[in-house]
Amino acid sequence: MADLNLTDQDFEAQVLKSDTPVLVDFWAEWCHPCRIVGPIIEELAGEYAGKLKVGKVDVDKNQVANNYGIMSIPSVLLFKNGKVVATLVGAQSKDSYKKEIDTVLGN
Amino acid sequence: MIYDVIIIGSGPAGLTAAIYTTRADLKTLLISGVKWGGQLMLTTLVENFPGFPDGIQGPDLMANMRKQAEKFGTEFVNDNFTAADFSKKPFKISVGDKSYESKSVIIATGADNKWLDIPGEREKIGRGVSSCAPCDGAFFRNKNVIVVGGGDSAMEEALVLTKFATMVTLVHRRGSFKASEIMQKRVKENPKIKIMLNSELTEILGEQKVEKVKIKDNQTGKISEMPIDGVFVAVGHMPNSSMFTGIDLDEAGFVKVHDHYLTNVDGVFVAGDVHDNQYKQAITAAGYGCSTALEVQKWLEDQSS
Repeated sequence: MADLNLTDQDFEAQVLKSDTPVLVDFWAEWCHPCRIVGPIIEELAGEYAGKLKVGKVDVDKNQVANNYGIMSIPSVLLFKNGKVVATLVGAQSKDSYKKEIDTVLGN
Repeated sequence: MIYDVIIIGSGPAGLTAAIYTTRADLKTLLISGVKWGGQLMLTTLVENFPGFPDGIQGPDLMANMRKQAEKFGTEFVNDNFTAADFSKKPFKISVGDKSYESKSVIIATGADNKWLDIPGEREKIGRGVSSCAPCDGAFFRNKNVIVVGGGDSAMEEALVLTKFATMVTLVHRRGSFKASEIMQKRVKENPKIKIMLNSELTEILGEQKVEKVKIKDNQTGKISEMPIDGVFVAVGHMPNSSMFTGIDLDEAGFVKVHDHYLTNVDGVFVAGDVHDNQYKQAITAAGYGCSTALEVQKWLEDQSS
């Protein structure tokens, strides 16, 4: 679920060691475009339940974004087997996210 | 179902038009785009919109306008417009694989940030290159950044960035700024802002992210390198007009207007920054939205009489 709030502490266990691919939404309270992306990500979490883990990282409270060179939010990253396989910077349409997810899932 | 009017765009022009058309009891659909709200969504405090003596945050102003348009019954499609067929009536507007029909259309797609189009820029958007200081400024805490531009938006970007960055260098290709006096004064009085006039960026360098830039002195022609962590581009806007087939544009890409609000296609109207090459203010866009909506109302009445 998109309610999965990832932190520096559990990022490795939840994302890098996940059996299923993971979508991570990097966001912050002050970021207005993030508020546009938030509800889209929640919908995706529902639609891909069981196939894709979906979580979010508050960049103000966590440092893990630095490991991935994130300098603009919203940034949505897709992870598979502990590696970044897709990066989407800025608010995008639901279809753009779906396209990348489908590619990663091999649909 | 056939709408009375479809409005494409959700900035001040589109939303104001929607408030007027719905209050005139016209069946109104607004295609907002994924990134709805227009340019003001990328700003902080708006101090020149009348009615807010202490200013209002740009995104809050847009959220209010949207609420007001929703209150009177505007239907919203929160996705990106893809195509319009103006060749026959009713007009057909497509959003992905869905399409909507309407007796009239208001094009209010506004304008998007212009980039520098120099080597190294595109691939580093989101990796040190940005057009939105309020969005990305926090990633540049204790770093050094460049802002490119000479208008009010460049001044605002520079001022916003002083809250995070160690030093902000404002680079402008001309010898003086065209920004308003009050904004120029704030910039010049800010000790964290260094001004470089008659200079332009020619290349952005770096492996994974922005590391340095090449800057040309326009008076001597000399090119020098400067290490930098971020480049914020605020050199104006490009009208979002290229996706409308059959609509006349001027040389700069703005929708050509006839008599303030008409395009070359009967029943297709225009409002805001997509045609306004002169004022480009939130309040003028809202004003255009209002007058265009009133003209649409009149046009629809003429059609049915």
